Amino acid sequence: MLVALLAIAACGTGTGSATPPSATPFAASSTPATVAPSAGLSGTLTIYAGRSEELVGPLMERFRTQTGLDVKVNYAGTTDLAATILEEGEASPADVFFAQDAGALGAVAAEGRLAQLPAETLGKVDGRFASDDGQWIGVSGRARVVVYDTRTVAEADLPASIDGFTDPAWKGRIGWAPTNASLQSFVTAYRVLKGDAAAKAWLEGIQANEPKVYEGNDAILAAVAAGEVEVGFTNHYYLMRQLIEQGDEFPVRNFFFPGGDAGSLVNVAGVGILATAPNPVAAQAFVDFLLTDESQTYFATETNEYPLIDGIAADDSLPALTDIESPDIDLSDLSDLGGTLRIMQEAGVL
Amino acid sequence: MSVDARPRLPLRPFSRAARADAADTSRRAPWPLVGAGLFIAFLALLPLAYLVIRALGSESDVVGFLLRPRTVGAVAATLALGALVGAGTVALGVPIAWLTTRTDLPGKRAWAVLTLVPLALPSYVVGFAFLAFFGPRGSLQGLLAPLGVERLPSIGGLFGAVLVLTLVSFPYVALATRAALLRLDPAVEESARLLGDRRMTVFRRVTLPVLVPAIAAGALLAVLYALSDFGAVSLLQFDSLSRAIYMQYGASFDRSLAAALALVLVGLTVAITWGEARLRARAGTYAASTRRRPTVVRLGRWRWPSLAFLTLVVGLALVVPVGTVGWWLVRGLAQGEPLRLVIDVALDTFMVGAVAAVLAVILSVPVALLAARYRSRRSHFVESAAYAGYALPGIVVALAMVFLATRTLPVLYQTLALLVAVYAVRFMPQALGGLRSSLGTAGPRLEEAGRTLGDGPVRAFAMLTVPYLRPAIVGGAALVFLTVVKELPLALLLAPIGFETLATEIWDAASSGFYARAAGPASLLLLVSIGTVALLLRSEDRAR
Repeated sequence: MLVALLAIAACGTGTGSATPPSATPFAASSTPATVAPSAGLSGTLTIYAGRSEELVGPLMERFRTQTGLDVKVNYAGTTDLAATILEEGEASPADVFFAQDAGALGAVAAEGRLAQLPAETLGKVDGRFASDDGQWIGVSGRARVVVYDTRTVAEADLPASIDGFTDPAWKGRIGWAPTNASLQSFVTAYRVLKGDAAAKAWLEGIQANEPKVYEGNDAILAAVAAGEVEVGFTNHYYLMRQLIEQGDEFPVRNFFFPGGDAGSLVNVAGVGILATAPNPVAAQAFVDFLLTDESQTYFATETNEYPLIDGIAADDSLPALTDIESPDIDLSDLSDLGGTLRIMQEAGVL
Repeated sequence: MSVDARPRLPLRPFSRAARADAADTSRRAPWPLVGAGLFIAFLALLPLAYLVIRALGSESDVVGFLLRPRTVGAVAATLALGALVGAGTVALGVPIAWLTTRTDLPGKRAWAVLTLVPLALPSYVVGFAFLAFFGPRGSLQGLLAPLGVERLPSIGGLFGAVLVLTLVSFPYVALATRAALLRLDPAVEESARLLGDRRMTVFRRVTLPVLVPAIAAGALLAVLYALSDFGAVSLLQFDSLSRAIYMQYGASFDRSLAAALALVLVGLTVAITWGEARLRARAGTYAASTRRRPTVVRLGRWRWPSLAFLTLVVGLALVVPVGTVGWWLVRGLAQGEPLRLVIDVALDTFMVGAVAAVLAVILSVPVALLAARYRSRRSHFVESAAYAGYALPGIVVALAMVFLATRTLPVLYQTLALLVAVYAVRFMPQALGGLRSSLGTAGPRLEEAGRTLGDGPVRAFAMLTVPYLRPAIVGGAALVFLTVVKELPLALLLAPIGFETLATEIWDAASSGFYARAAGPASLLLLVSIGTVALLLRSEDRAR
């Protein structure tokens, strides 16, 4: 049996290198495109990536071959990396912080650890996907959805608004992750749209339905699949990956609220350049690289997210980004986040 | 060893003479030993210094925060979790150790390996597997559906957390108890039998008391592991202190409130360690002199219940999680996912684990010597310091080292040297317990004999005592190794950029929902662990 394993290993990943297999789409498209006249780029670029290597590793590899830079990537959880950057202080070796969510970028910016981005860069995406004071920019979008167990819930039974889940009919059937950054951003959006009192009432309504609490979106999805809960509040792309791995019989589907409901807020994964970046020129080139047509197409096709620049389409199965009317709030605004956390605590959720 | 020739049990296998022999309080520890012990205590206390700096520097109302009902609830929940995991690991570990060492159980060696391997399974993998298998609509419900079972009760909360953490940590108790049983002088039990006691009575009144220090040391490791765990409690939604600490980082990036909570956890750890030390002191030490195999207990009609018990434990602790990982693999391959066997990452992981294990054993020697031979307030301080930060969640230790290294030794920051050193200091208690009890039974007499023959103290220790300690050294090193290879937060944050371990590979894939891609490195982790446990048991044989 060991021989068989070794044989598979030999013809499988071969060198056993850490490069994920999904590197192929780039290997195929050989022409180094849009970015990098690569003038003046040299040395090492250190990226702290709060996103998985499975997802963004091929992009890093692409940037490395295009620029010839020595690109070093520290992969870990977004929250852990934000805390690490704060503890490192001025001594941080990082040039770029590539975060899973805007709140972590905001926390790092609030302690003065991020540099100002040029207006030219900021102009590439819609204003609602960058920080108000220009210290970070979104590079890919993720919509909030409700995932539901197709074995027990019909799509027609789902409410047309996130408010519908405060109905006692949903008691004991909901899974959510109140500590998760994207849920908190959603609550902030709800406050902006409908006011603090309404947000608190909604939280209390959900709490009264005794939802099960999970750590993150993937745990919620696993719980819905296992039948622990029947619906869960998550981001849209977790399910898409399970469908790729497990096929269409996976008994869970996404539900997008119609008509600009707060329940369909669009969050972003984004980047910021550290104020102490040892190689700010290379850092800027990397940020611009993520906003090229090619990288944005990668986000659309490989990570199942929304591209954020004009002219690149999202996956066919998703509603268009322009049809999701999320409010224009600064997704990283920590004073807003602080208000959200306070309301969540008052409602007994946190 | 001498046994009082009393006509009736209880025997007193730990005579006062033997106790005084092992720990002579009148002797003063040599200064190099004290210096080494204090230095190790200093290293172990570094993360605590960071926590104090952070908690004192807080702008929030720390005291008010700690007195919130939620925080008090988390402390109570953590104590309940610790108590139940402690009881559970003893209930599983002691019978397993006895069955696999002293009886005519069929396939003893295989059962011994299979019941130690769960130690190498990351709690987040086991938690995920349990959720997928035992969840209300998990695989088990699927199997039972033809019988009309629509859904199973939820396994979340205290029950699920205790179950998973007991199943990944009972090997601590099994291994420590096993070592003690193998050291035990069969003459004691034989005498009791000759005096007419039934087997169960012998076990309860003679064997068990001698095993208490080992059982307590193993249970201590299991309980502190449960306190530090984040993987299982988060998946099974149980609000322990370590989950509350993670929530502080995640919800508000508030490092000072997280530090305050972590200090509460340190307080609990010190209290639990103190309790264990009291238990151990009351049991005293026990000196063995013979090295021969004890008589094999014939299980007779108890053979089948024993096999059923072991099958159940191995089924839950090993087959369910391994089967789930295997299922991810098969399902992924069927959907066209490639099999990822990252051999080079496995070698790197093995290397880090091995170096950290050796270093941890070396560090534990002075601490164990002080604790076993020179009982004093200072020795007790060194020993407590070694355990104090053991129950801290990995992220807390990682951030502490980030803070300290960037400010004091930036050259070492994000190097393998620092990572390995932090592992060694953090997991040293795993090597400490076994070494301390072995030293307790070895006593200094052997070395004194050597010294009268002209050896220096170091040579006498190396030539005469170390061979006797061999099983404890190998066992301790194996525990540290198995813990390091599955460790995650430190590997993610302190390793050199780009350095990967099997645990970080599993995490990277699984955290974005690619379970099939996580299965390759998970299988390798399992293979490495089984190999290590098999080696461990072989060395046990050679020692006898």
